[in-house]
Amino acid sequence: MNTESNETRAKKFGMVIDLDKCTGCGSCMVACSAENNIPVRKDESDKLLSITWIRVYRITNGKDFPDTEICYFPRPCQHCGGKHDDGHSPCVSVCPATATDYDHSTGIVSQIYTRCFGCRYCMAACPYHARYFNWWDPVWPAKLEESLSPDVSPRMRGVVEKCSFCFHRYQLARDKAYQEERDVEEMEYQTACTQACPSGAITFGDLNNPDHAVYTLKKDKRAFRLLERLHTNPKVYYLSEREWVRRAGDNYLSNEEPTGAPGAYELKGKGGH
Amino acid sequence: MDSALIPEGVERCSLKRFTLGLVIPAALVIWGLYAAYLCWFKGLNQTNMNDSYGFALWIWADLAVIAVGGGAFFTGFLRYVVGKDELKNIINFAVIVGFCCYCSAMLILAIDIGQPLRGWFIFWHANVHSMLTEVAFCLSLYLSVLAIEYLPLLLENRKIDQNPFWHNMGHRMHEIMAVFAATGAFLSCFHQGSLGGVTGVLYGRPFGLREGIFIWPWTFFLYTWSAAACGPCFTMFCCKITEKLTGKRLVKDNVYDLLAKISGWMLGTYIVAKIADTLWWAVVTVPKTGFSFMQFYNNSNNYHGLWILILELVVCGIVPAAILLKKEWRQNSRLFMVAVTLAVFGVCLNRWVMVMQPMAMPVMTFDQWVLYFPSWQEWATTILPVAGGILVIALSYRYLPVFPQERELNPVEKS
Repeated sequence: MNTESNETRAKKFGMVIDLDKCTGCGSCMVACSAENNIPVRKDESDKLLSITWIRVYRITNGKDFPDTEICYFPRPCQHCGGKHDDGHSPCVSVCPATATDYDHSTGIVSQIYTRCFGCRYCMAACPYHARYFNWWDPVWPAKLEESLSPDVSPRMRGVVEKCSFCFHRYQLARDKAYQEERDVEEMEYQTACTQACPSGAITFGDLNNPDHAVYTLKKDKRAFRLLERLHTNPKVYYLSEREWVRRAGDNYLSNEEPTGAPGAYELKGKGGH
Repeated sequence: MDSALIPEGVERCSLKRFTLGLVIPAALVIWGLYAAYLCWFKGLNQTNMNDSYGFALWIWADLAVIAVGGGAFFTGFLRYVVGKDELKNIINFAVIVGFCCYCSAMLILAIDIGQPLRGWFIFWHANVHSMLTEVAFCLSLYLSVLAIEYLPLLLENRKIDQNPFWHNMGHRMHEIMAVFAATGAFLSCFHQGSLGGVTGVLYGRPFGLREGIFIWPWTFFLYTWSAAACGPCFTMFCCKITEKLTGKRLVKDNVYDLLAKISGWMLGTYIVAKIADTLWWAVVTVPKTGFSFMQFYNNSNNYHGLWILILELVVCGIVPAAILLKKEWRQNSRLFMVAVTLAVFGVCLNRWVMVMQPMAMPVMTFDQWVLYFPSWQEWATTILPVAGGILVIALSYRYLPVFPQERELNPVEKS
């Protein structure tokens, strides 16, 4: 039995997204952009150039009407733990200037904008396309500039940015809890996308804490993670009743049956590639 | 007008003709500098890169020039460490070509980063786990080694050599050059290898991913091997072009023959290793990630078809290796040129495939193939160092005794 208290145990913040509840409304994307001072260009139609820390993909089962089914698939940064879950995320391990880092006390993959020099190796390493480059200077329409959040620093041209699990919110909650000599409550630290989702598809919390909802949800039989077989060890879990949706979460050879339960392809031993 | 600067006992064209010949490369340098200015001051929005294609033409150019610049380290290794004395007749030229290639790589890297003024962070905040960190350290150190190797040749300029201090310094530097050649070979093994590791360690990108030994993926070794094989081919290729342009024989055939034979062995063994690596990757590594080998080549655009693998392994691998290995074939001047051209093209193609294809192909099941075509600014800044290299080689040839056999092969009739 784990006798460690919640205050001293390392946290592992993560997200569980119920794809069967997601309606594809895009509220999470809007809330994320507003919360994190995402710049707005005149033309955002080219999705290979626009910045969307959480992006909702639309996927189908590929069948013709009337058997067509659609699923909306929100994809924030997966905050990968890397092989063996030791913090060597695909992006963290390759950044030459330690501008992206794995916080072992929270499990959050951070991005240090003032240290990033824009080599984009992390973007090449990320199979989820969760990292975005600032190709232009950040600009906002005049009125929108007045509503920028003072808690999140805007990013300059030439650096990479990505979802931080609204880490600034954790900092505020942690400071308050520290002053009051207690631990951060589950509902005290929630990401903007979680709170904005009208259908309650996103649940956020400490994956290590049995008192948090995500702790139970991640063990659900419907749970899977994106690209489980690559051993990236994401901290974003997805739920779906639909088999084709679970299969869409990973690549399988034509003769293979999906066995995409979280941890199903866990590596044995250490080292090597 | 500049006859006092021209080495003794050799003939050069008139200064006017020489200057006219440099007009086109000089214009390309100016064009490239303008494009570099745009990229530095307006940002990387001047390129056609995007969030899927964060690594593109420039990274390929970096990898390619470093591979073909490998002639400097490997020829130096053969000359000074292994003791192949004949190669002293081409080593100066190999060093100049290598120096141009490594300067090109540094320049392109400086343009390629989003925040150029923070370039030094790679040394200051170095992440020891990153292959790029290793590349940055070894590349800078090796460029310094190349500069040191180039310096004694510069000091041999007729005018500079008249100064006793520079004359003695050049002489002393020649004596210790073996130390630098060995250091260069050591550093090159690491940075050529770590460039191979750049995509080999990307375990989120199955196309680039390779298994390996300890922290090194197999591409680490394959890149060093291929650079040692094809680098000397590029040196010989450039040397032959210089001979064509000057209308003179500058290096004796036995020197070419020796270097071509060694390159043939290196290329032949490399191709065997590369084919073995490709088979292992296709049969063992790739299926573990849930992909089948053919998924990487079956796509709606024909741009990334299986043809590219056949071109790399067979046409630009087995064919030039066979020509260079067979004495009669490599001594046929036409076949020789075909072989070195194919070898150089092949190693550049390999770098292209390893950089561009992992970016193009989707990894998530609901992602799309992405196509990319460089902007004129990317082309111009990539041509810039090539044109700059032509200027450096032309100036070096005119004013420095680059080829020790030139006087013997082209005796000047005294009037």
